[in-house]
Amino acid sequence: MTLALSGNEVASQIEEQFPGSVAESTADSLLVKGESLLEIAAYLKTTPGLDFDYLTSITAVDYYDYFEVIYQLTSIEHNHSLVVKARCYGRENPTLPSVVSLWRAADFQEREIYDLMGISFEGHPNLKRIALWDGFEGHPLRKDFL
Amino acid sequence: MEVGDVYSSRQLDEAEGEQIEALKAASQETIPDPDQWLEGELKRNILLTSVDALLDWARRSSLWPVVCFPACCAFEFITAEASRFDLSRFGMEILRASPRQADLMITAGTLTWKMAPQVKRIYDQMAEPKWVIAMGACAISGGIFASSYSVVPGYNRIIPVDVYVPGCPPRPEALIYGIRMLHQKIAKISLAAEGK
Repeated sequence: MTLALSGNEVASQIEEQFPGSVAESTADSLLVKGESLLEIAAYLKTTPGLDFDYLTSITAVDYYDYFEVIYQLTSIEHNHSLVVKARCYGRENPTLPSVVSLWRAADFQEREIYDLMGISFEGHPNLKRIALWDGFEGHPLRKDFL
Repeated sequence: MEVGDVYSSRQLDEAEGEQIEALKAASQETIPDPDQWLEGELKRNILLTSVDALLDWARRSSLWPVVCFPACCAFEFITAEASRFDLSRFGMEILRASPRQADLMITAGTLTWKMAPQVKRIYDQMAEPKWVIAMGACAISGGIFASSYSVVPGYNRIIPVDVYVPGCPPRPEALIYGIRMLHQKIAKISLAAEGK
């Protein structure tokens, strides 16, 4: 069975490397600051012992005050997993860095989140709607969509 | 290979979006069900009635359905097609992947606006005479998705429907009953009433 790593333990490891980049951590997950997301993701992927070589899924939640994007990472090599979260603010143009450069699996999922939640992923090579058509107005999974 | 090579072009997406918006704008009203020939008995004469009877018998005895199964009703249709319910009893065991070779569309499933232009194109490519059976709640009205932002509220927004088969999904018996009703409807088509 895949071992779920403690968010607290990984958070302290990240804090050593990138001071001030972790906003919050629990036993289940860690919340990182949006501007540090890409470097932390690269660190999680390439650091020996962590080796998160597989992106299981990305999803997003609308909490009205902010959007939270949740990354579920797995290491096939070590058979362990980790949940990383990041928040972005504002309803006009919430933005986070794209992780497509690290995991190609992020390509379609970031497009889906862009399509249905309206979150932009900076650095995505092909950020456009995926499920709905070009010209559709609004982002249907937002809580204020009618 | 460049990363950009695997993606569709911006122009293609915009053209697709415009096509969907145009279809959606043109589909705000339902299309009337084709039933003109069910009236007008007086227009028939003895000779034409005989020709009609022969022609309609030939038409209804070998309906060939086109492949149009966007969602879960397809499984009930497949069951109706397979050995237990055996649609070949009605001369319609052959499913055609080419709309040119089909004269019946059984709309087995939820239709999204994104898919709607393709379904309309398949219908338009079928040769006359052709008929449509709306199978299941989604095909009739959009079903539980009727108020959704992405679902067509009934196939009769984009194509004319001859017979509606309710259910979610309808059982194979219900579909076969609907096909039998379509047979009865086809039996009443008259060349004189069509004006040909």
